[in-house]
Amino acid sequence: MTASLQALERRVDERLMGSFGEPRDARLYRRMRFIRRFEETLLGLFEEGLLNGTTHACIGQEADAVGLVEHLREGDHLFSNHRCHGHFLAWTGDAFGLLAEIMGKPAGLCAGIGGSQHICAPGFKSNGVQGGIVPAAAGIALAEQLRGSDALSVVFLGDGTLGEGVVYETLNLAALWQLPLLVVLEDNGWSQSTPSGLNLAGDIAARFTAFGLQVVEVDTTDVLGIDAAADEAVSGCRARRGPGALLIHTYRLCHHSKNDDNRPVEEVQRRWRYDPLAVHGTRLDPADAAGIDTEVEDALEDCVNRVRQL
Amino acid sequence: MIYARALGDTLHHTLETDPRVVVLGEDILDPYGGAFKVTRGLSTDFPERVRTTPISEAAIAGVSAGLALAGFRPIAEIMFGDFLALCFDQLANHISKYGAMYDGAAACPVVIRTPSGGGRGYGPTHSQSLEKHFLGIPHLRVVAGSLWHDPVTLFDDFLAGDAPVLHIEHKLLYPLQVATDGEAGVAAIGRDGSRGVPPTVSIRLVPREDCAVTVIAYGYQAELARRVLERLALEEEIFAELLVPAQLSPVDWDPLERSVAATGSLLTVEESTGGWSWGTEIVAGMGSRLFGRLRRAPAVLAPHRT
Repeated sequence: MTASLQALERRVDERLMGSFGEPRDARLYRRMRFIRRFEETLLGLFEEGLLNGTTHACIGQEADAVGLVEHLREGDHLFSNHRCHGHFLAWTGDAFGLLAEIMGKPAGLCAGIGGSQHICAPGFKSNGVQGGIVPAAAGIALAEQLRGSDALSVVFLGDGTLGEGVVYETLNLAALWQLPLLVVLEDNGWSQSTPSGLNLAGDIAARFTAFGLQVVEVDTTDVLGIDAAADEAVSGCRARRGPGALLIHTYRLCHHSKNDDNRPVEEVQRRWRYDPLAVHGTRLDPADAAGIDTEVEDALEDCVNRVRQL
Repeated sequence: MIYARALGDTLHHTLETDPRVVVLGEDILDPYGGAFKVTRGLSTDFPERVRTTPISEAAIAGVSAGLALAGFRPIAEIMFGDFLALCFDQLANHISKYGAMYDGAAACPVVIRTPSGGGRGYGPTHSQSLEKHFLGIPHLRVVAGSLWHDPVTLFDDFLAGDAPVLHIEHKLLYPLQVATDGEAGVAAIGRDGSRGVPPTVSIRLVPREDCAVTVIAYGYQAELARRVLERLALEEEIFAELLVPAQLSPVDWDPLERSVAATGSLLTVEESTGGWSWGTEIVAGMGSRLFGRLRRAPAVLAPHRT
């Protein structure tokens, strides 16, 4: 079953996830636009004082999850980290459940207890503590192996989390036991406020190949490039019934959490040229893109209004 | 039957009766069968569900978390209790958190077993009783085996519930004979406790009202205390009630309160280092519940530096 069919079955708002039969380019654009505007909406709600705490927006990295979920199917499991909104929305489309959760409402995915970083939904979990989700995802992969299913367990990491020792314990174990685990590493070059040059030695891909994992590596914010890489990584894991890694070199166009961006302005501005929405948006007829933008805007406005009334 | 064998049989029983059980840990495969031989024979009978792991305690706990989240019932062995420190993130930030922070949308019923304590000459980093650092972690049950708690009953209880459990096994219990009901030296055994909690065992030679003190101890210290109290009774005619809880955290207060209310005096005994400990928590709880009914200040017996 394709992700778009799944979207139709499980959920939600076609204005956010796309309807069955919508051309693929349009669907990919729509979902990235949805995630972008969801994150921006959250930041707006903080400004309004309706949200407190923190949030880790994935602005600039939307293409990663959107491209990946094209190749996942019912039964697969995603384990995500502190920057989990995009992963969750691309997989489930449930903007209302997530927004209500982040706003601490009982109607939220976890009754408002988990908040932004601690989400649970069928086929999805996240935890904001770095590193420890990797063995948990491996355990889910082991469960699928023991069941004899062909489901895949996917875990999202950032480059900063490569500092955590348990990641390497798990890579060793996943390779030893040939677990159906796909590690998706989003390397955005910055670990919170620290450039990776100050906390990451050596080569990222080599960390995986050292344990015998096959690595598919891509340096792009183009959703079609990620889509192709994800296809190769996911089909490789399924065919081998073993672990693999998808390494995406990308960039975070927003702050780490809120108002905490000390990166060089020129660097960030330069990267806006590779904004995944702009890169992929040029493939759409401008009128179609504008129509999608309007639908996403309307759907999110409806969602926010519903949550405001809770 | 010795305690180590009773535990091994228990694990065999869980693997046999519950297809969700997966046993994992370091060096647990036959013919070695684990550092303390508790898991001997399991990998021969259940090769698929008994896994030896690399020396990766954090990953052992983390993989167990994933198995549990996915519906399995992992029972992980951490070779020495000292190495629990390497699992602390998983226990405090992951395993014990999932059920609550997801508002019950997931459960993470991991069981982690580990030998603790000294007396075997293994030195300062292989002899500690670090369980005190895990007491009070919300949603985590910490349970200590004893000679008077049937491990089959305990593990059936773990597997019937959804809470993660840390099961502490004092090394010196492994070669000792487990007690059967009515058999605790010359003393009588009673059981008392709240629903859903393993019973607190009471051992005494005379009625509670005639006991000078309530002594509370767990694990191997409970057996040591029993021997001492038996000598005190026979040689000095000083009688005490010994209470042996299995569950250390959360505390089942009621059986303790019933005894201390009757004796008016309390001594806790533990092998974990003193201060910020199990004993101080018991004393604080009993003090607030029974203030004014205690005949003397409650006391904590614990080593200062081990």
